[in-house]
Amino acid sequence: MSNQDTEKQEFNITVYTENQIGLLNRIAIIFTRRKINIESLNTSPSEIERIHRFNIVITESEDVVRKLTRQIEKQVEVLKVYYHTNEDVIWQELALYKVSTDVIAEKVSVERLLRENGARVVVLRKDYTVFETTGHREETDNLINILQPYGLIEFVRSARVAIIKDSDGFNRKLREFERLEPGEDVIENEYLNQGQKVFTM
Amino acid sequence: MEVAQETLTTPATTTAVEVSGSVALLEALIVEGVDTIFGYPGGAIMPIYDALFDYNDKLNHILVRHEQGGIHAGQGYARTSGKVGVVFATSGPGATNLVTGLADAQIDSTPLVCITGQVFAHLLGTDAFQETDVINITTPVTKWNYQVTDANEIPEVIAKAFYIAKSGRPGPVLIDITKNAQIQKFNFQGYTPCNHIRSYRPKPIVRTQYIQEAAELINQAKKPFIIWGQGVILGSAEQEFKTFIEKSGIPAAWTVLGAGAIPTDHPQNVGMLGMHGNYGPNVLTNECDVLIAIGMRFDDRVTGRLDKYAKQAKVIHLDIDPAEIDKNVKSTVPVWGDCKETLPLLTKAIEQKQHTEWINKFHDYTQQEVEAVIHQELNPTTPEMTMGEVIKQLNEITKGEAIIVTDVGQHQMVACRYAKFNNTRSNVTSGGLGTMGFALPAAIGAKFGAQDRTVVAIIGDGGFQMTLQELGTIMQSGIDVKIIILNNRFLGMVRQWQELFNERRYSFVDIQSPDFVALAAAYRIPGKRIEDRTDLPAALNEMLSNKGSFLLEVMVTKENNVFPMVPQGCSVSEIRLK
Repeated sequence: MSNQDTEKQEFNITVYTENQIGLLNRIAIIFTRRKINIESLNTSPSEIERIHRFNIVITESEDVVRKLTRQIEKQVEVLKVYYHTNEDVIWQELALYKVSTDVIAEKVSVERLLRENGARVVVLRKDYTVFETTGHREETDNLINILQPYGLIEFVRSARVAIIKDSDGFNRKLREFERLEPGEDVIENEYLNQGQKVFTM
Repeated sequence: MEVAQETLTTPATTTAVEVSGSVALLEALIVEGVDTIFGYPGGAIMPIYDALFDYNDKLNHILVRHEQGGIHAGQGYARTSGKVGVVFATSGPGATNLVTGLADAQIDSTPLVCITGQVFAHLLGTDAFQETDVINITTPVTKWNYQVTDANEIPEVIAKAFYIAKSGRPGPVLIDITKNAQIQKFNFQGYTPCNHIRSYRPKPIVRTQYIQEAAELINQAKKPFIIWGQGVILGSAEQEFKTFIEKSGIPAAWTVLGAGAIPTDHPQNVGMLGMHGNYGPNVLTNECDVLIAIGMRFDDRVTGRLDKYAKQAKVIHLDIDPAEIDKNVKSTVPVWGDCKETLPLLTKAIEQKQHTEWINKFHDYTQQEVEAVIHQELNPTTPEMTMGEVIKQLNEITKGEAIIVTDVGQHQMVACRYAKFNNTRSNVTSGGLGTMGFALPAAIGAKFGAQDRTVVAIIGDGGFQMTLQELGTIMQSGIDVKIIILNNRFLGMVRQWQELFNERRYSFVDIQSPDFVALAAAYRIPGKRIEDRTDLPAALNEMLSNKGSFLLEVMVTKENNVFPMVPQGCSVSEIRLK
């Protein structure tokens, strides 16, 4: 087994599923059974009606991740599963910051703050202001550090969402799942196919 | 009711009839070909049992004594019949009592549909009487589960349940139906079985490329070795498998659950794999050049120490479940697909060959094993009987035609090693989960699954005491099950490990038993206890010729060990003969 296979790193697992009560648990226990921590989990409707997309982030070796994805894909209500390293995806997290309007107006150069951190104002009220920013973890952390001295009232960050760089034709293939007998390229399991391109849905 | 029923049990073309969820469920079971249900009533499943009262002529319900007994019976039924086992239980404790059986069926890929009653939907989450979160409790141990809260869902959900349970790699499905949905009347349009779920691919597509690659490896191999598991039986591919091994001329060994897929005395059958398997198959796993695994999952009891398992060999792995490929053993060529389809393709692509010299090597090891272990086990000179000689005697009388149901432990390993099987679906045992208490209820189900065959349950004195209440089921339903208790007055397998690895510190393995024959008599089951080997043939004959069930308790040596043995953490080639 190569080093790349056994060395731990962050993996983004993308899961397409039916919208079904209990499925979240069914997927979650595949990780918990093996004592693997889910570091980030996002689930949301996809662009296709009644199909949901999960984004799961874990730190594990590729060998383990490959086995996990097969176990997830085995679940009846799971359509497809993919895994990617951080290099293979473009990812973002969204963060909201609530601060006192008085303090912020008095002490901070708001315009500079917004510009330097790619942030925008979502709500501006007499008593408080809500900023929003998106980016990688370091970037959203950075704005916390800046705002902390000015009395950060509340902070929240979303789970990670990630777009796969090499996902040509994905939407079309996903739509083909509606057919009773989908084409061979749609239902094949790319991990077993040992093909060069991971993304052969 | 009478009138409505006559119009039911028909396909979906009939006009809608207003029925309760319970009636719709029973109608669905009939269309699915269900003939036997193992169950136990209770508060939350009462509407279904009320409907069942009118379906007595179409659905045979067996009242078990405990829900665990019910589900093991369902497993036994599924294993011998090849059909889906159906189990009813009530909410709360009724449902939680199913968990062991679900886990057992999940790991041994047994198709089951379990129906549990649930409290009224409006009471969910209120800690109502006999309410338990069955869906979440059973999620890790089911292939699929679903909670029905509206009767309108019942036809579609039951159709999905059967389809999922039996297709692809089979497994247990649990459907939890709230009481209101059981009572609720709805417009029943008839029942249509399911054959497609868009997110579910039961069978991977067969790639001819891999068939070709596998055939090339096989054709070039000097010392190829086939290991097969239950997948051959689950895929009803026994004939395809036999044709394949006969054309290839390759020696073949089996996992515990694969036993019987081809007859025990087939010339290419070289024996059992794994911890207590045969000497040759274990040692030669680490000498073969191509290992062809068919419908098996490289369980740790088969592979021993994984990093020393068949490292020299190219591995061809045939499996219907893509998650099994490369899970434990990295394959050189993954032939995924239904082996009923892949085996004929592979047979066509390989050359007709004979590997006489290589097979003789297995026979050499067999000879060593006979001398060191088997001869003594089957023809003991000790005053007390061995488990092996009981199995040998049984073989001589049944001629390998019986269904053998075993529990878990020493007697299980001895029975699997020495029992003769002429037919497929004849070995029923708890392989993956190792559930003590499995055999007695599973034997009940096995009999219903194969009514014209003799069913012999072989059970240890420990395991028998875990589910002996099912003697009541045997009594009430007049089930013809032959029970052999191999009594060594110990929890034998644990004792064996304590002897070998814990310096004979026999910690809580000394188990006392009741008078089993008197116990059987209390259930009006005839029985006999023997201690002398001269009584053995007559006692076995009496048991087998008795009309109806019979319990035979055979007192065997207290401290016999099962050998050969691959000690935990050792390689298969480090198998010990003593």
